[in-house]
Amino acid sequence: MKKLVLFIPLVVVLGMGVFLYKGLFLNPQQLDSALEGKPIPAFQLEVLEKSGETVTNETLKGKVGLLNVWATWCPSCKYEHPFLMSLARKNILPIYGINYRDERALAIRELSREGNPYAINIYDHDGRLGLDLGVYGAPESFLVDHKGVIRYRYAGPIDRNVWKETLYPMVQQLQAEAAKDGAS
Amino acid sequence: MKGFSALVLLLSMATIVNATPVDTYEFKSVDNQKRALSLAHSLRCPQCQNQNLIDSNSPVAQDLRLEVYQMVDEGKGDDEIVEFMTSRYGEFVLYKPRMEAKTYVLWLGPIALLLFGGVIGFFFIRKQRIAESNNQELSSEEQQELDRLLKRDAK
Repeated sequence: MKKLVLFIPLVVVLGMGVFLYKGLFLNPQQLDSALEGKPIPAFQLEVLEKSGETVTNETLKGKVGLLNVWATWCPSCKYEHPFLMSLARKNILPIYGINYRDERALAIRELSREGNPYAINIYDHDGRLGLDLGVYGAPESFLVDHKGVIRYRYAGPIDRNVWKETLYPMVQQLQAEAAKDGAS
Repeated sequence: MKGFSALVLLLSMATIVNATPVDTYEFKSVDNQKRALSLAHSLRCPQCQNQNLIDSNSPVAQDLRLEVYQMVDEGKGDDEIVEFMTSRYGEFVLYKPRMEAKTYVLWLGPIALLLFGGVIGFFFIRKQRIAESNNQELSSEEQQELDRLLKRDAK
């Protein structure tokens, strides 16, 4: 019994070692979103392409959707763009763009040149919606369920792997939930 | 002499620049400014991971510190401002995590380890003392035996 007591410090140190070792492999760039489980923050902003027309958080309800924060000044967004295009072609879910702290003319030109994967583009010129969403860089994407609740946030460019392994299974699950509730 | 005064002027200008990391924001009062700066110092920039809102030049940090300044000037309390930040960026933005079930290990762990070490140390020292005091006391028979052995060796 007494001998066993002597091993307690070893066990404690090993335990801490395992804990800290695991910490080495966490990605500090991927913070938990504080907004998961909360509705999209209320907003009223203009459509990127039509300056008179407004979008609100209510517009985005009713369907499982992907909110994608992008800007022309963001190099990773350009990397992400072709994948978003192919995703849009598959018609799995609407992709809503949040054009974040950008110049309207530049953004419109970029979309007409590279293609527009977005069902609606929200023009967030002063970054207020981005701030309310807890965006700290672009690109960031939010999976939103049919009730307009943010269910998942992904920081960084979406590519085939991220979509296949993380996002698509969640989309399927959210769409199943939506079907159960009788939404389209 | 001229060079020296120029240097002094330059240095004093440098301190002025350093003293106002406030961009160009004008506070309503000096107290507000103090409170806002200390708050912004205690909040972490979500993008740059290990800089506070004042130290960082990233656009997000700029936005957020402006937000902090404005909220202070609007008369919002510290709690309210911290709540505003954590509801968007999570607990991560707090350099000093809040005391709650999730962070008990963080707050109480060191104290527990210290206590644990103290207890072990206490028992260890006591055991040594007991062992020492046992060693020192020879019975009279042992003493006689020792004397006899020493004498024999001396011869």
